[in-house]
Amino acid sequence: MNTLINRRRFLQGSLAASAAATISLAKKTEAASFEGYPNAMGVLVDLSRCVGCRSCEAACNKEQNLPAPEKPFNDFSVFDEMHHGQKRRTDETRYTIVNRYEIPGREHPLFRKIQCNHCQEPACLTSCFVNAYTKTPEGAVIYNVDVCVGCRTCMVACPFYIPAFRYSSAFSPRIMKCVFCHETRLTKGLPPACVEACPQEALTFGRRSDLVEVGKQRIRENPGAYVDHIYGEHEAGGTAWMYLSPAPFEQVGFDTSMPKEPILNYVKDFLAIVPMVLTIWPALFAGFHLLATRKDKMEQQKKNEGEV
Amino acid sequence: MKINPKAVLAAAVLLLAGTLPTPGLAMDPLDAPETVTIDAMANLYKPVEFSHLRHSKLARCKDCHHHTTGHQDMDPNCIRCHANSPEASTVSCKDCHTKKQFYPEQVTAGDNPNLYHIDKPGLKGAYHLNCVPCHVAKNAPSHCEGCHALTDAGKQFFHLDSQAQGAAEPAKGQNKHAR
Repeated sequence: MNTLINRRRFLQGSLAASAAATISLAKKTEAASFEGYPNAMGVLVDLSRCVGCRSCEAACNKEQNLPAPEKPFNDFSVFDEMHHGQKRRTDETRYTIVNRYEIPGREHPLFRKIQCNHCQEPACLTSCFVNAYTKTPEGAVIYNVDVCVGCRTCMVACPFYIPAFRYSSAFSPRIMKCVFCHETRLTKGLPPACVEACPQEALTFGRRSDLVEVGKQRIRENPGAYVDHIYGEHEAGGTAWMYLSPAPFEQVGFDTSMPKEPILNYVKDFLAIVPMVLTIWPALFAGFHLLATRKDKMEQQKKNEGEV
Repeated sequence: MKINPKAVLAAAVLLLAGTLPTPGLAMDPLDAPETVTIDAMANLYKPVEFSHLRHSKLARCKDCHHHTTGHQDMDPNCIRCHANSPEASTVSCKDCHTKKQFYPEQVTAGDNPNLYHIDKPGLKGAYHLNCVPCHVAKNAPSHCEGCHALTDAGKQFFHLDSQAQGAAEPAKGQNKHAR
Protein backbone atom coordinates (compact mmCIF):
# COMPACT_ATOMS: atom_id res chain seq x y z
CA MET A 1 0.00 0.00 0.00
CA ASN A 2 2.79 2.35 0.98
CA THR A 3 4.64 1.77 -2.27
CA LEU A 4 1.51 2.43 -4.36
CA ILE A 5 1.00 5.88 -2.85
CA ASN A 6 4.63 6.68 -3.34
CA ARG A 7 4.46 5.68 -6.96
CA ARG A 8 1.34 7.77 -7.57
CA ARG A 9 2.95 10.74 -5.90
CA PHE A 10 6.09 10.27 -7.96
CA LEU A 11 4.06 10.13 -11.19
CA GLN A 12 2.05 13.21 -10.29
CA GLY A 13 5.14 15.14 -9.35
CA SER A 14 7.09 14.24 -12.47
CA LEU A 15 4.19 15.04 -14.80
CA ALA A 16 3.71 18.43 -13.16
CA ALA A 17 7.42 19.15 -13.44
CA SER A 18 7.59 18.29 -17.15
CA ALA A 19 4.46 20.34 -17.88
CA ALA A 20 5.97 23.31 -16.06
CA ALA A 21 9.19 22.93 -18.03
CA THR A 22 7.27 22.87 -21.32
CA ILE A 23 5.30 26.00 -20.48
CA SER A 24 8.31 27.96 -19.27
CA LEU A 25 10.33 27.07 -22.40
CA ALA A 26 7.45 27.96 -24.71
CA LYS A 27 7.04 31.34 -23.00
CA LYS A 28 10.71 32.11 -23.44
CA THR A 29 10.64 31.49 -27.21
CA GLU A 30 7.55 33.65 -27.69
CA ALA A 31 9.27 36.61 -26.08
CA ALA A 32 12.36 36.31 -28.28
CA SER A 33 11.08 37.88 -31.49
CA PHE A 34 13.77 39.58 -33.58
CA GLU A 35 12.88 42.94 -35.13
CA GLY A 36 15.96 43.11 -37.34
CA TYR A 37 19.21 45.04 -36.99
CA PRO A 38 18.49 48.80 -36.65
CA ASN A 39 20.83 49.98 -39.42
CA ALA A 40 20.41 47.03 -41.75
CA MET A 41 20.43 47.91 -45.42
CA GLY A 42 17.87 46.92 -48.01
CA VAL A 43 16.72 47.46 -51.58
CA LEU A 44 13.36 48.71 -52.78
CA VAL A 45 12.48 47.26 -56.21
CA ASP A 46 9.99 49.40 -58.14
CA LEU A 47 8.43 47.24 -60.85
CA SER A 48 6.91 50.30 -62.54
CA ARG A 49 10.45 51.47 -63.35
CA CYS A 50 12.04 48.23 -64.58
CA VAL A 51 12.32 47.96 -68.38
CA GLY A 52 13.89 44.51 -68.48
CA CYS A 53 17.33 45.56 -69.77
CA ARG A 54 19.05 42.80 -67.74
CA SER A 55 21.95 45.07 -66.76
CA CYS A 56 21.56 43.82 -63.18
CA GLU A 57 22.06 40.22 -64.34
CA ALA A 58 25.23 41.20 -66.22
CA ALA A 59 26.57 43.20 -63.25
CA CYS A 60 25.92 40.32 -60.83
CA ASN A 61 27.64 37.85 -63.15
CA LYS A 62 30.76 40.01 -63.26
CA GLU A 63 30.83 40.96 -59.57
CA GLN A 64 30.40 37.37 -58.33
CA ASN A 65 32.62 35.79 -61.02
CA LEU A 66 29.84 33.48 -62.15
CA PRO A 67 30.16 31.29 -65.26
CA ALA A 68 29.47 32.84 -68.68
CA PRO A 69 25.78 32.81 -69.59
CA GLU A 70 24.31 30.65 -72.35
CA LYS A 71 22.94 33.70 -74.11
CA PRO A 72 24.31 37.26 -73.96
CA PHE A 73 22.76 39.53 -71.36
CA ASN A 74 21.21 41.75 -74.02
CA ASP A 75 19.36 38.81 -75.62
CA PHE A 76 15.71 39.30 -74.70
CA SER A 77 14.50 35.93 -75.98
CA VAL A 78 15.19 34.61 -72.45
CA PHE A 79 11.90 36.19 -71.37
CA ASP A 80 10.06 33.63 -73.50
CA GLU A 81 11.92 30.67 -71.95
CA MET A 82 9.88 28.16 -69.99
CA HIS A 83 11.47 25.44 -67.88
CA HIS A 84 9.06 22.69 -66.84
CA GLY A 85 6.21 25.15 -67.28
CA GLN A 86 7.89 27.80 -65.13
CA LYS A 87 9.66 31.03 -65.90
CA ARG A 88 13.40 31.30 -65.29
CA ARG A 89 14.71 30.80 -61.76
CA THR A 90 17.91 31.57 -59.90
CA ASP A 91 20.35 28.68 -60.21
CA GLU A 92 24.02 27.81 -59.73
CA THR A 93 25.07 30.08 -62.61
CA ARG A 94 22.97 33.13 -61.78
CA TYR A 95 22.14 34.74 -58.44
CA THR A 96 19.55 37.03 -59.99
CA ILE A 97 17.23 36.97 -62.98
CA VAL A 98 14.59 39.22 -64.49
CA ASN A 99 11.32 37.76 -65.75
CA ARG A 100 8.65 39.36 -67.92
CA TYR A 101 4.94 39.30 -67.06
CA GLU A 102 2.16 40.25 -69.46
CA ILE A 103 -0.55 41.93 -67.41
CA PRO A 104 -4.09 41.88 -68.80
CA GLY A 105 -5.26 45.43 -69.47
CA ARG A 106 -1.77 46.94 -69.45
CA GLU A 107 -0.16 48.19 -72.63
CA HIS A 108 3.38 47.28 -71.60
CA PRO A 109 4.55 44.18 -69.72
CA LEU A 110 6.06 44.35 -66.24
CA PHE A 111 9.46 42.98 -65.32
CA ARG A 112 10.39 41.50 -61.97
CA LYS A 113 13.90 41.01 -60.66
CA ILE A 114 14.32 37.91 -58.52
CA GLN A 115 17.16 37.27 -56.05
CA CYS A 116 17.56 36.36 -52.38
CA ASN A 117 15.27 38.67 -50.41
CA HIS A 118 17.55 38.58 -47.35
CA CYS A 119 14.85 37.92 -44.74
CA GLN A 120 15.02 39.50 -41.29
CA GLU A 121 14.59 36.03 -39.80
CA PRO A 122 15.71 33.73 -42.60
CA ALA A 123 14.21 30.26 -42.86
CA CYS A 124 17.40 28.97 -44.49
CA LEU A 125 19.40 30.14 -41.48
CA THR A 126 17.12 28.58 -38.89
CA SER A 127 16.85 25.32 -40.82
CA CYS A 128 20.64 24.92 -41.06
CA PHE A 129 21.94 22.60 -38.33
CA VAL A 130 25.60 23.56 -38.84
CA ASN A 131 24.99 27.35 -38.84
CA ALA A 132 26.32 27.86 -42.36
CA TYR A 133 24.13 30.95 -42.72
CA THR A 134 24.55 34.31 -40.98
CA LYS A 135 22.32 37.39 -40.98
CA THR A 136 24.85 40.20 -40.80
CA PRO A 137 24.18 43.57 -39.09
CA GLU A 138 24.44 45.13 -42.59
CA GLY A 139 21.37 43.11 -43.60
CA ALA A 140 22.85 40.39 -45.80
CA VAL A 141 22.20 36.67 -45.38
CA ILE A 142 25.57 35.11 -46.13
CA TYR A 143 26.68 31.50 -46.50
CA ASN A 144 29.79 29.74 -45.23
CA VAL A 145 30.86 26.93 -47.54
CA ASP A 146 33.46 25.63 -45.05
CA VAL A 147 30.92 24.26 -42.58
CA CYS A 148 28.16 23.28 -45.03
CA VAL A 149 27.55 19.54 -45.21
CA GLY A 150 25.40 19.76 -48.34
CA CYS A 151 22.13 18.58 -46.76
CA ARG A 152 20.17 21.16 -48.80
CA THR A 153 17.55 21.64 -46.06
CA CYS A 154 17.85 25.40 -46.70
CA MET A 155 16.60 24.86 -50.27
CA VAL A 156 13.48 23.23 -48.86
CA ALA A 157 13.08 25.82 -46.10
CA CYS A 158 13.33 28.95 -48.27
CA PRO A 159 9.81 30.25 -48.99
CA PHE A 160 11.11 32.05 -52.12
CA TYR A 161 12.95 29.03 -53.65
CA ILE A 162 16.23 30.93 -53.87
CA PRO A 163 19.21 28.80 -52.72
CA ALA A 164 20.53 26.61 -55.54
CA PHE A 165 22.99 23.73 -55.33
CA ARG A 166 26.07 23.40 -57.50
CA TYR A 167 25.36 19.87 -58.67
CA SER A 168 27.66 20.35 -61.66
CA SER A 169 30.78 20.20 -59.50
CA ALA A 170 31.59 16.78 -58.04
CA PHE A 171 34.51 18.06 -55.95
CA SER A 172 33.31 21.42 -54.70
CA PRO A 173 29.55 21.24 -54.45
CA ARG A 174 28.03 24.13 -52.52
CA ILE A 175 24.96 26.32 -52.16
CA MET A 176 24.89 29.16 -54.67
CA LYS A 177 22.86 32.20 -53.70
CA CYS A 178 22.85 36.00 -53.76
CA VAL A 179 24.91 37.34 -50.83
CA PHE A 180 23.98 41.05 -51.25
CA CYS A 181 27.62 41.61 -52.43
CA HIS A 182 28.36 41.49 -48.70
CA GLU A 183 32.14 41.19 -48.68
CA THR A 184 32.96 43.09 -51.85
CA ARG A 185 30.60 46.03 -51.42
CA LEU A 186 28.08 46.07 -48.57
CA THR A 187 30.65 46.11 -45.76
CA LYS A 188 32.36 49.05 -47.51
CA GLY A 189 29.15 51.06 -47.57
CA LEU A 190 28.65 50.52 -51.31
CA PRO A 191 25.40 49.44 -52.97
CA PRO A 192 25.34 45.95 -54.52
CA ALA A 193 26.55 45.67 -58.14
CA CYS A 194 23.04 45.16 -59.56
CA VAL A 195 21.77 48.36 -57.93
CA GLU A 196 24.68 50.37 -59.29
CA ALA A 197 24.12 48.97 -62.79
CA CYS A 198 20.38 49.70 -62.98
CA PRO A 199 19.85 52.57 -65.46
CA GLN A 200 16.25 53.16 -64.37
CA GLU A 201 16.97 53.29 -60.66
CA ALA A 202 14.32 50.62 -60.34
CA LEU A 203 16.48 49.43 -57.46
CA THR A 204 16.78 51.88 -54.57
CA PHE A 205 19.42 51.06 -51.97
CA GLY A 206 19.30 52.40 -48.43
CA ARG A 207 18.57 51.59 -44.83
CA ARG A 208 15.61 49.26 -44.73
CA SER A 209 13.69 51.51 -42.35
CA ASP A 210 14.20 54.48 -44.73
CA LEU A 211 13.10 52.41 -47.73
CA VAL A 212 9.77 51.60 -46.11
CA GLU A 213 9.20 55.37 -45.82
CA VAL A 214 10.30 55.94 -49.44
CA GLY A 215 7.94 53.19 -50.61
CA LYS A 216 5.02 54.69 -48.68
CA GLN A 217 5.80 58.13 -50.10
CA ARG A 218 5.82 56.83 -53.68
CA ILE A 219 2.45 55.17 -53.14
CA ARG A 220 1.04 58.31 -51.48
CA GLU A 221 2.34 60.84 -54.03
CA ASN A 222 1.40 58.84 -57.14
CA PRO A 223 -2.24 57.91 -56.60
CA GLY A 224 -3.27 54.99 -58.80
CA ALA A 225 0.28 54.23 -59.88
CA TYR A 226 0.89 51.48 -57.33
CA VAL A 227 -0.92 48.77 -55.43
CA ASP A 228 -1.08 50.04 -51.84
CA HIS A 229 1.30 47.45 -50.47
CA ILE A 230 5.04 46.98 -50.04
CA TYR A 231 5.78 43.31 -50.61
CA GLY A 232 8.39 42.28 -48.08
CA GLU A 233 7.59 44.85 -45.42
CA HIS A 234 5.94 42.07 -43.43
CA GLU A 235 6.05 38.99 -45.71
CA ALA A 236 7.95 36.10 -44.13
CA GLY A 237 8.56 38.35 -41.11
CA GLY A 238 10.01 41.14 -43.26
CA THR A 239 12.71 41.05 -45.92
CA ALA A 240 15.59 43.40 -46.76
CA TRP A 241 14.57 43.43 -50.43
CA MET A 242 11.07 44.83 -50.90
CA TYR A 243 8.87 45.42 -53.92
CA LEU A 244 6.45 48.05 -55.21
CA SER A 245 4.14 47.04 -58.05
CA PRO A 246 1.62 48.87 -60.25
CA ALA A 247 -0.31 45.59 -60.79
CA PRO A 248 -1.66 43.11 -58.21
CA PHE A 249 1.32 41.17 -56.86
CA GLU A 250 -0.07 37.76 -57.80
CA GLN A 251 -0.09 38.85 -61.47
CA VAL A 252 3.65 39.49 -61.31
CA GLY A 253 4.42 36.04 -59.94
CA PHE A 254 4.54 36.85 -56.23
CA ASP A 255 3.32 34.36 -53.66
CA THR A 256 0.62 36.41 -51.96
CA SER A 257 -0.17 33.61 -49.52
CA MET A 258 3.19 34.25 -47.84
CA PRO A 259 2.66 34.42 -44.05
CA LYS A 260 3.27 37.74 -42.32
CA GLU A 261 5.43 36.15 -39.65
CA PRO A 262 8.83 34.48 -39.88
CA ILE A 263 8.75 30.90 -41.19
CA LEU A 264 10.62 30.05 -37.99
CA ASN A 265 7.49 30.75 -35.91
CA TYR A 266 5.81 27.67 -37.34
CA VAL A 267 8.44 25.39 -35.83
CA LYS A 268 9.69 27.49 -32.90
CA ASP A 269 7.38 25.94 -30.30
CA PHE A 270 8.08 22.43 -31.48
CA LEU A 271 11.83 23.01 -31.59
CA ALA A 272 11.77 24.42 -28.07
CA ILE A 273 10.42 21.11 -26.77
CA VAL A 274 13.13 19.05 -28.46
CA PRO A 275 15.88 19.71 -25.87
CA MET A 276 13.43 18.94 -23.07
CA VAL A 277 12.44 15.68 -24.71
CA LEU A 278 16.07 14.74 -25.13
CA THR A 279 17.11 15.55 -21.54
CA ILE A 280 14.10 14.94 -19.29
CA TRP A 281 12.34 12.08 -21.04
CA PRO A 282 15.13 9.48 -20.81
CA ALA A 283 15.44 9.96 -17.04
CA LEU A 284 11.66 10.13 -16.58
CA PHE A 285 10.85 6.98 -18.49
CA ALA A 286 13.82 5.13 -17.06
CA GLY A 287 12.34 5.94 -13.65
CA PHE A 288 8.89 4.66 -14.72
CA HIS A 289 10.46 1.49 -15.99
CA LEU A 290 12.41 0.89 -12.79
CA LEU A 291 9.30 1.44 -10.65
CA ALA A 292 7.12 -0.73 -12.85
CA THR A 293 9.57 -3.61 -12.74
CA ARG A 294 10.48 -3.18 -9.07
CA LYS A 295 7.67 -5.44 -7.78
CA ASP A 296 8.65 -8.26 -10.11
CA LYS A 297 12.28 -7.88 -9.10
CA MET A 298 11.45 -8.01 -5.40
CA GLU A 299 9.28 -11.07 -5.89
CA GLN A 300 12.07 -12.67 -7.84
CA GLN A 301 14.45 -11.81 -5.04
CA LYS A 302 12.10 -13.27 -2.40
CA LYS A 303 11.77 -16.43 -4.44
CA ASN A 304 15.49 -16.69 -4.73
CA GLU A 305 15.86 -16.18 -0.98
CA GLY A 306 13.20 -18.82 -0.31
CA GLU A 307 15.00 -21.27 -2.55
CA VAL A 308 18.23 -20.61 -0.74
CA MET B 1 20.12 122.99 -72.21
CA LYS B 2 23.13 120.80 -72.28
CA ILE B 3 22.87 117.04 -72.61
CA ASN B 4 25.03 115.17 -70.18
CA PRO B 5 26.72 112.29 -72.07
CA LYS B 6 26.96 110.34 -68.85
CA ALA B 7 23.14 110.48 -68.43
CA VAL B 8 22.66 109.25 -72.01
CA LEU B 9 24.97 106.35 -71.31
CA ALA B 10 23.14 105.48 -68.11
CA ALA B 11 19.75 105.60 -69.89
CA ALA B 12 21.10 103.38 -72.65
CA VAL B 13 22.39 100.86 -70.13
CA LEU B 14 19.04 100.87 -68.35
CA LEU B 15 17.15 100.29 -71.61
CA LEU B 16 19.50 97.49 -72.60
CA ALA B 17 19.23 95.87 -69.19
CA GLY B 18 15.45 95.71 -69.58
CA THR B 19 15.81 93.34 -72.51
CA LEU B 20 18.11 90.96 -70.63
CA PRO B 21 16.68 88.07 -68.58
CA THR B 22 16.29 89.11 -64.99
CA PRO B 23 16.09 86.89 -61.96
CA GLY B 24 12.53 85.78 -61.33
CA LEU B 25 11.68 85.63 -65.02
CA ALA B 26 11.75 82.47 -67.13
CA MET B 27 14.90 81.38 -68.93
CA ASP B 28 15.10 81.09 -72.68
CA PRO B 29 16.24 77.79 -74.28
CA LEU B 30 18.52 79.78 -76.61
CA ASP B 31 20.64 80.70 -73.60
CA ALA B 32 21.48 77.02 -73.15
CA PRO B 33 24.30 75.17 -74.87
CA GLU B 34 23.39 73.57 -78.21
CA THR B 35 24.69 70.13 -77.28
CA VAL B 36 25.52 68.46 -73.97
CA THR B 37 27.93 65.54 -73.85
CA ILE B 38 26.73 62.88 -71.46
CA ASP B 39 29.63 60.64 -70.54
CA ALA B 40 28.93 59.57 -66.97
CA MET B 41 28.82 55.90 -68.05
CA ALA B 42 31.64 56.24 -70.59
CA ASN B 43 33.15 52.95 -69.44
CA LEU B 44 30.53 50.55 -70.81
CA TYR B 45 28.92 52.94 -73.28
CA LYS B 46 30.29 55.57 -75.62
CA PRO B 47 29.40 59.16 -74.69
CA VAL B 48 26.05 60.48 -75.88
CA GLU B 49 25.91 63.80 -77.74
CA PHE B 50 22.63 65.20 -76.48
CA SER B 51 21.20 67.92 -78.73
CA HIS B 52 19.73 70.34 -76.23
CA LEU B 53 18.56 72.63 -79.04
CA ARG B 54 16.58 69.87 -80.75
CA HIS B 55 14.99 68.66 -77.53
CA SER B 56 14.10 72.21 -76.48
CA LYS B 57 11.88 72.37 -79.56
CA LEU B 58 10.21 69.02 -78.78
CA ALA B 59 9.55 69.50 -75.09
CA ARG B 60 8.91 72.28 -72.61
CA CYS B 61 11.75 73.42 -70.35
CA LYS B 62 9.90 72.25 -67.24
CA ASP B 63 9.48 68.74 -68.66
CA CYS B 64 13.14 68.20 -67.76
CA HIS B 65 14.19 71.14 -65.58
CA HIS B 66 11.18 70.99 -63.23
CA HIS B 67 10.93 74.41 -61.53
CA THR B 68 14.54 75.58 -61.96
CA THR B 69 14.13 77.61 -65.16
CA GLY B 70 11.35 79.73 -63.73
CA HIS B 71 8.52 77.97 -65.56
CA GLN B 72 5.87 76.81 -63.14
CA ASP B 73 5.81 73.08 -62.57
CA MET B 74 2.37 71.49 -62.86
CA ASP B 75 3.04 68.36 -60.80
CA PRO B 76 0.68 68.60 -57.79
CA ASN B 77 3.42 67.21 -55.55
CA CYS B 78 5.85 69.95 -56.64
CA ILE B 79 3.57 72.99 -56.61
CA ARG B 80 2.91 72.47 -52.93
CA CYS B 81 6.25 74.28 -52.47
CA HIS B 82 7.33 75.40 -55.93
CA ALA B 83 4.22 77.21 -57.16
CA ASN B 84 6.12 80.48 -57.52
CA SER B 85 9.72 79.36 -57.53
CA PRO B 86 11.97 81.75 -59.47
CA GLU B 87 14.75 80.75 -61.78
CA ALA B 88 17.32 78.78 -59.80
CA SER B 89 21.03 79.57 -59.66
CA THR B 90 21.82 76.19 -61.20
CA VAL B 91 19.82 74.42 -63.90
CA SER B 92 22.18 71.62 -64.93
CA CYS B 93 20.87 68.08 -64.20
CA LYS B 94 24.03 67.07 -62.35
CA ASP B 95 23.78 69.99 -59.93
CA CYS B 96 20.84 68.33 -58.17
CA HIS B 97 21.03 64.70 -59.33
CA THR B 98 24.33 63.33 -58.13
CA LYS B 99 26.45 61.09 -60.33
CA LYS B 100 27.28 58.92 -57.31
CA GLN B 101 24.11 57.43 -55.93
CA PHE B 102 23.44 55.25 -52.87
CA TYR B 103 26.88 55.88 -51.39
CA PRO B 104 27.05 56.50 -47.62
CA GLU B 105 26.76 60.26 -48.07
CA GLN B 106 23.42 59.88 -49.87
CA VAL B 107 22.18 57.07 -47.65
CA THR B 108 22.60 59.14 -44.48
CA ALA B 109 21.34 62.39 -46.08
CA GLY B 110 17.86 61.43 -44.89
CA ASP B 111 18.97 62.02 -41.30
CA ASN B 112 18.61 65.76 -41.94
CA PRO B 113 15.12 66.50 -40.61
CA ASN B 114 14.80 69.51 -42.95
CA LEU B 115 15.34 67.43 -46.10
CA TYR B 116 12.11 67.01 -48.03
CA HIS B 117 13.45 65.25 -51.14
CA ILE B 118 14.20 61.86 -49.55
CA ASP B 119 13.66 60.01 -52.84
CA LYS B 120 15.66 62.02 -55.37
CA PRO B 121 17.06 59.89 -58.21
CA GLY B 122 20.77 59.98 -59.05
CA LEU B 123 21.95 61.38 -62.38
CA LYS B 124 21.61 58.12 -64.32
CA GLY B 125 18.19 57.40 -62.86
CA ALA B 126 17.00 60.96 -63.49
CA TYR B 127 17.99 60.79 -67.17
CA HIS B 128 16.38 57.43 -67.86
CA LEU B 129 13.24 57.96 -65.79
CA ASN B 130 12.58 61.23 -67.63
CA CYS B 131 13.83 60.36 -71.14
CA VAL B 132 12.55 56.82 -71.68
CA PRO B 133 8.78 57.37 -71.21
CA CYS B 134 8.88 60.32 -73.64
CA HIS B 135 10.97 58.37 -76.17
CA VAL B 136 8.45 55.50 -75.99
CA ALA B 137 5.48 57.88 -76.38
CA LYS B 138 7.05 59.69 -79.35
CA ASN B 139 8.43 56.56 -81.02
CA ALA B 140 11.98 57.77 -80.57
CA PRO B 141 14.68 55.13 -79.98
CA SER B 142 13.91 53.46 -76.66
CA HIS B 143 16.11 50.36 -76.55
CA CYS B 144 19.49 50.66 -74.85
CA GLU B 145 21.68 50.79 -77.92
CA GLY B 146 19.37 53.26 -79.64
CA CYS B 147 21.12 55.97 -77.62
CA HIS B 148 24.18 54.21 -76.20
CA ALA B 149 26.75 52.50 -78.42
CA LEU B 150 28.51 49.76 -76.44
CA THR B 151 32.27 50.04 -75.91
CA ASP B 152 34.47 46.93 -75.97
CA ALA B 153 34.22 46.83 -72.18
CA GLY B 154 30.45 47.02 -72.53
CA LYS B 155 30.39 44.15 -75.02
CA GLN B 156 32.40 42.06 -72.57
CA PHE B 157 30.10 43.08 -69.72
CA PHE B 158 27.03 41.82 -71.61
CA HIS B 159 28.87 38.70 -72.85
CA LEU B 160 28.12 39.39 -76.52
CA ASP B 161 30.49 36.52 -77.35
CA SER B 162 28.13 33.98 -75.76
CA GLN B 163 26.52 32.17 -78.72
CA ALA B 164 26.58 35.39 -80.74
CA GLN B 165 23.20 34.77 -82.35
CA GLY B 166 21.04 37.85 -82.34
CA ALA B 167 23.54 39.69 -80.21
CA ALA B 168 24.83 42.14 -82.78
CA GLU B 169 21.34 43.20 -83.69
CA PRO B 170 19.20 43.97 -80.68
CA ALA B 171 15.95 42.03 -80.51
CA LYS B 172 13.25 43.47 -82.72
CA GLY B 173 10.63 43.47 -80.02
CA GLN B 174 12.83 45.54 -77.77
CA ASN B 175 10.67 48.60 -78.07
CA LYS B 176 7.86 46.79 -76.42
CA HIS B 177 10.11 45.79 -73.52
CA ALA B 178 10.70 49.40 -72.77
CA ARG B 179 8.03 51.04 -70.74
